[in-house]
Amino acid sequence: MNTLTDAWDWLTDSAHWAGEDGIGHRLLQHLTLTLVCLVISCLIALPVALVLGHLGKGGALAVNISNVGRAVPTFAVLVLLLLTPVGKWGEGPTVVALVLFAVPPLLTNAYVGMREVDRSIVQAARGMGMSGRQVMFHVELPLSLPMVLNGVRLAAVQLVATATIAALAGGGGLGRIITAGFNLASTPQVVAGAMLVALFALAVEGVFEVAERLAPRWTRGAR
Amino acid sequence: MRAPPDDCLARNEWICGEYLSTRRHILLDAVLQHLELTSVSVLVGLVVALPLAVLARRWGWAAGPVLAVTTILYTIPSLAMFSLLLPVYGLSASLVVAGLVLYSLTLLVRNILAGLRAVPEETRQAARGMGYGPIRLLLTVELPLALPAAMAGLRIATVSAVSLVTVGAIVGYGGLGNLIYSGMNTYFKAQVLTASVLCVVIAVLADLLLLAVQRLLTPWTRAARG
Repeated sequence: MNTLTDAWDWLTDSAHWAGEDGIGHRLLQHLTLTLVCLVISCLIALPVALVLGHLGKGGALAVNISNVGRAVPTFAVLVLLLLTPVGKWGEGPTVVALVLFAVPPLLTNAYVGMREVDRSIVQAARGMGMSGRQVMFHVELPLSLPMVLNGVRLAAVQLVATATIAALAGGGGLGRIITAGFNLASTPQVVAGAMLVALFALAVEGVFEVAERLAPRWTRGAR
Repeated sequence: MRAPPDDCLARNEWICGEYLSTRRHILLDAVLQHLELTSVSVLVGLVVALPLAVLARRWGWAAGPVLAVTTILYTIPSLAMFSLLLPVYGLSASLVVAGLVLYSLTLLVRNILAGLRAVPEETRQAARGMGYGPIRLLLTVELPLALPAAMAGLRIATVSAVSLVTVGAIVGYGGLGNLIYSGMNTYFKAQVLTASVLCVVIAVLADLLLLAVQRLLTPWTRAARG
């Protein structure tokens, strides 16, 4: 229990909140990285997944990419990127790695969601004279929204985790507090950093949970 | 003064045969550590997850809290999880194993529970009608029928564990992750690439191995399909 009080003392020391390495700056970095990369990954993955799902093509790719993403260690990708020319642009390796690991859950969930839309509903829409584009935006997309949003949620959690590991490869974010703690052999700092990261991750999960409850009924789906 | 040998190690190339032949023992040790950490954690996770899932199935009220706790555990990033365990285990291999057990536990409990819940009620009633007691029903009917879902969870847990072991490098027990970490600090490209590729190879081989085990254990799923 002693370590917990030490970690608490570390957290409440105002000196640790200010400055370049302070908690405030690291928190902001973590939040920015997560948000920016979530937007980039959605812009890349969702249009591809929605069109592929609408056309019913490339299913094997869209589904298997998640399994591939799981087998490739995040840490290895971060270090590999760091050693390539990308490594010279500051946060470059972190952003590329974050996007790479956020795309698979987005792609798989959006694709599966589009394909799981009842075929008879799609046929009915076609029978009413809707064009392919109208079917996609007015029928398939609204009905697959719960799955698409579930993918966004998984991607966000994945992004928070990856941004933490990025600290091992010199990236910014809350993980830096942990790695600095290890370098200083300061267990209270390591534990304090870990608590911040865990709370941040749970807060992200919580935001999605609340958004899901507040959202209109039809976006929630049957879970 | 003699010029240094002009091989791929000196030129720091990504792919280097010289590296494979000169550092064979280091690579082998790292692979063995990687396999040991992964298999111990997944096995311990399985041993803990099975009774938890069965209990959550027996007592409906326990399922909610069990699933909530596993969801929370799974949300915590790996680096934070290892760090939170630092005061308990110190810089040791047990720390990495404990962290990985918590992750595999999460995946396994969810999948085994889903498998048990998917057993049709008629099947259960038929078994009861044939005079099966609760233990026999669980061991000879419910668990075998839950096996495909459980094995799917085991495969995901194993593949994730192989990849997460690398983060253990922060405490010096990361298997191939140690080589990636030291390779990063010395800009040793061949070492980083070789260790990363080996990680993926281990993950794919482990997945294929478990798929083969699944097919051997559940011959009826193939008969039904063919």
